[in-house]
Amino acid sequence: MGKILEVNNLQTSFFTHLGEVQAVRGSNFTMDEGDILGIVGESGSGKSVTALSVIGLIDEPGKIKNGEIIFDGADLTKLSNKELSDLRGNDISMIFQDPMTSLNPVFTIKNQMIEVIRRHTDMSKSEAKKHAIKMLDLVGIPEAAERISSYPHEFSGGMRQRVMIATALSCDPKLLIADEPSTALDVTIQAQILELMLKMQKELKTSIILITHDLGVIAEVCTSIIVMYGGMIMEKGTVDEIFYEASHPYTIGLHKSVPSMNRKSKERLVPIAGSPPDLLKPPAGCPFSPRCEHAMQICLEQAAPMFEISKTHTSACWLLHEDAPKVAGIEKGEAKNG
Amino acid sequence: MAEMSKAQSTENISVDKDVLLKVNNLAKYFTVKSSLRKSHRKYLKAVDDVSFEIKRGETFGLVGESGCGKSTTGRTILRLYDPTAGQIFFDGTDLADLSDRQLLPYRKRMQMIFQDPYASLNGRMTVNDIIGEGIETHNLYNGAEKTERIYDLIHHVGLKKEHVNRYPHEFSGGQRQRIGIARALAVEPELIICDEPISALDVSVQAQVVNMLEDLQNEMGLTYLFIAHDLSMVKHISDRIAVMYVGKLMEVCGSERLYEQPLHPYTQALLSAIPIPDPIVTRKHQRIILEGDVQSPINPGEGCRFATRCMYKQDICTQVTPELRELEPDHFVACHLVKEINK
Repeated sequence: MGKILEVNNLQTSFFTHLGEVQAVRGSNFTMDEGDILGIVGESGSGKSVTALSVIGLIDEPGKIKNGEIIFDGADLTKLSNKELSDLRGNDISMIFQDPMTSLNPVFTIKNQMIEVIRRHTDMSKSEAKKHAIKMLDLVGIPEAAERISSYPHEFSGGMRQRVMIATALSCDPKLLIADEPSTALDVTIQAQILELMLKMQKELKTSIILITHDLGVIAEVCTSIIVMYGGMIMEKGTVDEIFYEASHPYTIGLHKSVPSMNRKSKERLVPIAGSPPDLLKPPAGCPFSPRCEHAMQICLEQAAPMFEISKTHTSACWLLHEDAPKVAGIEKGEAKNG
Repeated sequence: MAEMSKAQSTENISVDKDVLLKVNNLAKYFTVKSSLRKSHRKYLKAVDDVSFEIKRGETFGLVGESGCGKSTTGRTILRLYDPTAGQIFFDGTDLADLSDRQLLPYRKRMQMIFQDPYASLNGRMTVNDIIGEGIETHNLYNGAEKTERIYDLIHHVGLKKEHVNRYPHEFSGGQRQRIGIARALAVEPELIICDEPISALDVSVQAQVVNMLEDLQNEMGLTYLFIAHDLSMVKHISDRIAVMYVGKLMEVCGSERLYEQPLHPYTQALLSAIPIPDPIVTRKHQRIILEGDVQSPINPGEGCRFATRCMYKQDICTQVTPELRELEPDHFVACHLVKEINK
């Protein structure tokens, strides 16, 4: 399987009246075709901005300052707005968190889906409608042929998200970016939507980037994971590596702070002290260092490079350096150029 | 149903010393459409015939999906809404019909922590004013004593003395929630209704607040009604849990038991839908995926509210509303078919 996406040293900032908010500070990652890549992080960690940069939806006052986004051999940061807009919806699609605000309330579903399909294909109106009904059928909307003439408010939250997925997949994109697709939904509906995304991925062979703060959702759906914090990538690896061999103190802290369903219910949680960094004045070194119990002098001064633990597993923590003191639970790896 | 609750209110409720809050057949309807003709009226039955009790010092979890009426239940108990029917016995006294003046001493004994720490603090008041307001209303402390009390509260929730003269916008979400908790504690309440107190916070901060709530409970002997949709957090914090669905309680029992042996088909589906942060467990996990649409709470007819999505549905389910029955000691279920399902 080839690479579908390669992001090199991506830096995206927002120039607000308070100063520069450095939302993403040097992300590097690659994604294989057919992969489901999860990006986890808390609010303000830069996970959504990373995705919006990939699809070229960073608006004023935001700007991609630096870096390359190589999709299918072309650098997306070099494309014009026109070229990007041809790409969006056709090769790369996106689903947003809130299905109500991303559908236009004054147009019917039919209108909105046909618009997308005709923008990217040369189907006639009636062909586009047929295709739209087929897509709605595929995502499990009953009586799609009639329901297609409804307005967004006539659907429930879960159904609206199905419509969003159908629209996003209607031009058979190579890459689908889903930004918290199930966060606004109830658990029972969330289970349906996640199930649907997995089914669509199998049937249409789409690669998916799934952005979420929910470790449970990640464990269920993804094949590989990126953990972000304070605008930087802290750790990358396969699902099993991130869940069972986590080597970054932030990832480890994250695992400990969520209650496990198997754990005894009155067992105490282990919180991470402090709060996330202010990206107007990001810390000079590792963004997690002010909250890290193992922080050393170098952590405060210089951000750590990605240390390679296995072929697929890298982690940005100085504790993995060969000269660092040994800390229980953190395995050392080889230094990789950062 | 209204007549039935009237009859019960005249009965002498045996005062159990251990029970702090007893809710009897509580109902809260919102009028969606009023009309002179009864058949044309439309009510949204947000809470419909709900009964439960909370013992002193315990944490009672109330879970359900959005729109099921769990927050309305909490607010009606505090009399932020006037109940349509039913009684709310707080320490033996029925709050449902008290006037505002009569309610005042009870308001001191019950407090609330809200979901959104950005919306629930007045942006024009300093932390000192926010926390001090309740102390003044109830004439608890004055002058230097009051200042001392505020410092003490601030310290309890993990903030610093110098924070008292700041405004809410100077704090992060987690810190704001701490201020909200200090405000609730200021009047020395016995019962705190926590309405989704952590769902607006970051994952790494949630654990801080939950641990703090547990510490405060141990220290001050507080009783919590913990309302949430995050089932794993509710399991963690609660002693007993009630599962709510479209205005009705479906199942009530001890939290360990509920997760080990849920009896109601809705609870079973709900628990199986929780994403588990453990890939190996997830791969083996068999998930119940519910079909069908959620019953609308506007003028729901007779029958089980879950029947539209239940895979075991039979004729009786759409004709007769199931009652919450004690199936096993301290395990209540509202389902006609519970015995057949759990054979």
